[in-house]
Amino acid sequence: MSLSQKMNALWAYANPKKFLATTERVLPFFWASAAVAIVVGLAWGFFFTPDDYRQGSTVKIIYLHVPSAMLAINAWLMMLVTSLVWLVRRHHVSALAARAAAPIGATMTVIALLTGAIWGQPMWGTWWAWDPRLTSFLILFLFYLGYIALWEAIEDPETAADLTSVLCIVGSVFAVLSRYAVNFWNQGLHQGASLSLDKEEHVADVFYYPLLVSIAGFILLFIALVLYRTGTEIRARRIRALMARERVAA
Amino acid sequence: MTLTVTDLVIARGGVPVLEGLSFTLNPGRALVLRGPNGIGKTTLLRCVAGLQPPVSGRIEGAGDTIAYAGHSDGIKPTLTVAENLTFWARVFGAGSIGPALDAYELNDLTDRHAGNLSAGQKRRLGLARLLVTGRPIWVLDEPTVSLDRSAVEMFAGAVRAHLAQGGSALIATHIELGLEAELLEVGPYKARPAPLDDFDGGFL
Amino acid sequence: MIALLLRDLKLSLRAGGGFGLGLAFFLIVTTLVPFSVGPQSALLATIAPGVLWLGALLACLLSLDRLLALDWEDGSLDLLATAPLPLEGVVSIKALAHWITTGLPLVLAAPVLGVLLNLPAPGYGWLVVSLILGTPALSVIGTFGAALTVGLKRGGLLLSLLVLPLYVPTLIFGAEVARRGAAGMETATPLLMLSGISAAVIALLPFASATVLRINLR
Repeated sequence: MSLSQKMNALWAYANPKKFLATTERVLPFFWASAAVAIVVGLAWGFFFTPDDYRQGSTVKIIYLHVPSAMLAINAWLMMLVTSLVWLVRRHHVSALAARAAAPIGATMTVIALLTGAIWGQPMWGTWWAWDPRLTSFLILFLFYLGYIALWEAIEDPETAADLTSVLCIVGSVFAVLSRYAVNFWNQGLHQGASLSLDKEEHVADVFYYPLLVSIAGFILLFIALVLYRTGTEIRARRIRALMARERVAA
Repeated sequence: MTLTVTDLVIARGGVPVLEGLSFTLNPGRALVLRGPNGIGKTTLLRCVAGLQPPVSGRIEGAGDTIAYAGHSDGIKPTLTVAENLTFWARVFGAGSIGPALDAYELNDLTDRHAGNLSAGQKRRLGLARLLVTGRPIWVLDEPTVSLDRSAVEMFAGAVRAHLAQGGSALIATHIELGLEAELLEVGPYKARPAPLDDFDGGFL
Repeated sequence: MIALLLRDLKLSLRAGGGFGLGLAFFLIVTTLVPFSVGPQSALLATIAPGVLWLGALLACLLSLDRLLALDWEDGSLDLLATAPLPLEGVVSIKALAHWITTGLPLVLAAPVLGVLLNLPAPGYGWLVVSLILGTPALSVIGTFGAALTVGLKRGGLLLSLLVLPLYVPTLIFGAEVARRGAAGMETATPLLMLSGISAAVIALLPFASATVLRINLR
């Protein structure tokens, strides 16, 4: 298949009916593999890795903290992409996927903040510090709240999709700006990235592999949740559309 | 400037309300839209005025030629009658407000705050705004609401004068204006509900 | 365009509240701060630049929900959208009118309120400079928020929820300029960042605001 044919094949899933039929088939696989990967990753990480020589057993919260933090950001990126697709191609499924991902991203942000606080208490001696990373995540959470609230507030679904998409794009720019502003404003306590291509930098291999499994599990869980919630949004929209049709016919 | 509408489909709240609508409005002519409440006359006028995109179909000759008057008049209660009109005259880059004041007998009210006007007087002020836009095609949504009989006469006179100067008017109204206008009954163009098995981007 | 600016200024003068309310709010917030943190002048001097910036920001926020909502309710926005003015120009002018009636008075009042909070002497100039550079961005960003929420019945609270996160970069750099200035430190970097943000926001955000407004007018 040429690239354009592949793209056309991909756009076919923008049809809600096709989307529902397909996700119904693949969802069980995603649920199962997410469960397996998360159970394996967490069990491996919690019970079969040594304690860190400096951080002791507290380091093990990394298996929840890092995946949720990654997804908190990547969920927003996904919303940005699907918003752009909606604005350019007007595929309703795309807009609904953005709507479906927002509460998941917000939850991931909260998990990252909470696990970070639980980790920070023994390590830094404080639940919260106005460290750039922590602060950025808090701001990201506010962006999620605003985005979700705007979706909820607008009645007309198409208007809501348009407005939230523009908000997502403008918000992304401001989120990046905030990240730099916050970096400038306070240098932080937070350690460097846990995962990095630079071998010197990232965590030791013994922690690394269970972490990868756990991240994979979280990603699968995220995909499953987004597909499932998008399906719910599609059905809700269909009910709305059918009811509107009844009203017109009456 | 001729306004041509071809095979128009328009939607309100994502649901098609009118379809297959075509008409032509030539200079010097008036077209009166008729139809029951909720049929989509307001939506049609907003589409023609460019406030709302149609689902499909073409609208030609609209854009910078349209002067639109909807249900609300855009009148600021804290400004005087003259200030309200002058503002719109300057926005549209048109000349003096004198003729507009004359046409709707607003000369005695020029220094009154618009907030102190009666509903009918406000409406007259809102319609007077059309005269200061200098635009050839008037698109009017229920222009005679809250006007008394003599004010309706003023309005009909203003439309007649506008048509005589080569302008045209597209009016949704239920009352007889005494104009030589063509009638367009939009009821027959009511959109049929989309077939149910076609489950597409519109969720139907 | 000028006609629109003059009309908006005239309206906010006549309706009252335009100039006065924001200023009064700023004064009250500044007065309440010593009640909540205590009257020690050293403490007040430390937090004065930040408190004044935050007060100005909140005062700006206060009048945003009326920025476009009044024109929306009486149908003026419909008529303006069909007028020869580009909608991008309309929202820019609206933001400018908001700045003149809200931002500018705040800039002028800030040094006076600085006295109340014991702002250190070198801080006055920097406070005014940072506010002059920063408040236009607040008005323009606020106009975007107002355009997003204009069609909503109770948009006021949502407007704050949407706009406040967008205010973060401006607040950080603006307050940083004032704070460093008051402490006698070098201010060039945050000042440049603040100016950059304001310039970019003024140049680009009106397009987003106009887009959003068109969607809301449909």
